Amino acid sequence: MTADPRSAPHAMPLTLYTFSSPPRFYALTGVLVPVCWALCVALTAAGLWMGFFVAPTDATQGEVYRIIFIHVPAAWMSMLLYLVMAFWAGIGWAFNARLASMVARAIAPTGAMFTFLALWTGALWGRPTWGTYWVWDARLTSELILLFLYLGYIALTEAIDDVRRADQAGALLAIVGSVNIPIIYFSVKWWNTLHQGATVSLTAAPKMASTMLTAMLLMTFACWAYAFAVVFTRTRAVVLERERGAAWVSELAAGGAR
Amino acid sequence: MNSVFAAVLARDLRLAARRRIESLLPVAFFLVAISLFPLGVGPEPQTLRQIAPGIVWVCALLAAMLSVNTLYAGDLADGSLEQMLLAPGSALQLVWAKAAAHWLVSGLPLIVAAPVIGLLFDLSSPALATLVVGLLLGTPILSLLGSLGAALTLGLRSGGMLLILIVLPLATPTLIFGAGAVDAVGSGLSASGHHSLLGALLIASALGVPWATAAALRISTE
Repeated sequence: MTADPRSAPHAMPLTLYTFSSPPRFYALTGVLVPVCWALCVALTAAGLWMGFFVAPTDATQGEVYRIIFIHVPAAWMSMLLYLVMAFWAGIGWAFNARLASMVARAIAPTGAMFTFLALWTGALWGRPTWGTYWVWDARLTSELILLFLYLGYIALTEAIDDVRRADQAGALLAIVGSVNIPIIYFSVKWWNTLHQGATVSLTAAPKMASTMLTAMLLMTFACWAYAFAVVFTRTRAVVLERERGAAWVSELAAGGAR
Repeated sequence: MNSVFAAVLARDLRLAARRRIESLLPVAFFLVAISLFPLGVGPEPQTLRQIAPGIVWVCALLAAMLSVNTLYAGDLADGSLEQMLLAPGSALQLVWAKAAAHWLVSGLPLIVAAPVIGLLFDLSSPALATLVVGLLLGTPILSLLGSLGAALTLGLRSGGMLLILIVLPLATPTLIFGAGAVDAVGSGLSASGHHSLLGALLIASALGVPWATAAALRISTE
């Protein structure tokens, strides 16, 4: 490839594979990352403002419930990101698509962060409402195991020095993990009901006010924007690291690029 | 057709028979680790009876994970693993044979030792029988999952710890149903539901995990 990577997307018709080339991906995400950050900041500001000032006080839980605006989006993201990670890792493994593997590697820390955030905010929420930071409830336990799955993936991929083997082994582990997630969830659920543990259910909660829902959706989109921004930034770093021998990276470095 | 399976199994069993003390390490670890719990928790029979199934299962899990480490390591070191993967006949049979050998050497002795555990923890005979059936169904799953972990972490510096970190989350359902069966019997319920689920897990992992393990071996040795 001799063409200038930054003009390349316009030079050829856009296909599914256009941005699977690292230089084009690098150029595209260079434009997208600031947009994602701007969206993230705007949506977070709007979501938090709605959540903290507009949404009404909950009838049963009082003001405490407002942590939901961070907790629920984080929990959604944690589960979604694992599947997205397994998907891209699988694509990278099956089709030998380097960029897909790099994206999968870049997603893992963000997913682990959201899982931890969901657990942490859950504990802070549980203290005033349930009277304890932690119960061995099915959801909490499976979220904890999800965190372990993320840590296992990160540890395995970091422990293998050979990049190709690390990507493939990580992909295999991520796929096995995602097949196991439903099994783990249901086994933990049945375990909990058999043990007659804490009978905490959020599913029976009263219907949500529409402003609450709006705030939560805004925060969810903010989390999406954040995840895109961070994953793109991390992937760009991985791309530079892995492609350091390529001509376009040296050109970029010589040009004192952005 | 089955010759690969039989040959690898016979070879691994012969190797284990020639290293008798080493082969007995998992069951020794299992017994020692279990004996430590009463020292830590206290000798109250009621408490011990209640926590016995969980302890037995966690120790069985750890014994499997600590011993599965070496499943492919020796063959990788002397190059025979690559030869076996290159040889005609499927890698699946190799994986099945390896997991079966691991179970026969380190899983089966745990089940044989279970009556001793029952004695130590004052388990009733129905509870002990449930525990043994659960272990019979569950320890092969641990060997299969462990062989996947061993294949993924083959030849890595921090292989042992990493293997445990990778496999433990995947093994939680086995642990839950295995220990849950004994609890169910303890509270006067039938354990058949738990045992059916363990059986289902065993079938699913016997059919599914070897594929992943064979793929992992290819990834690790290429």
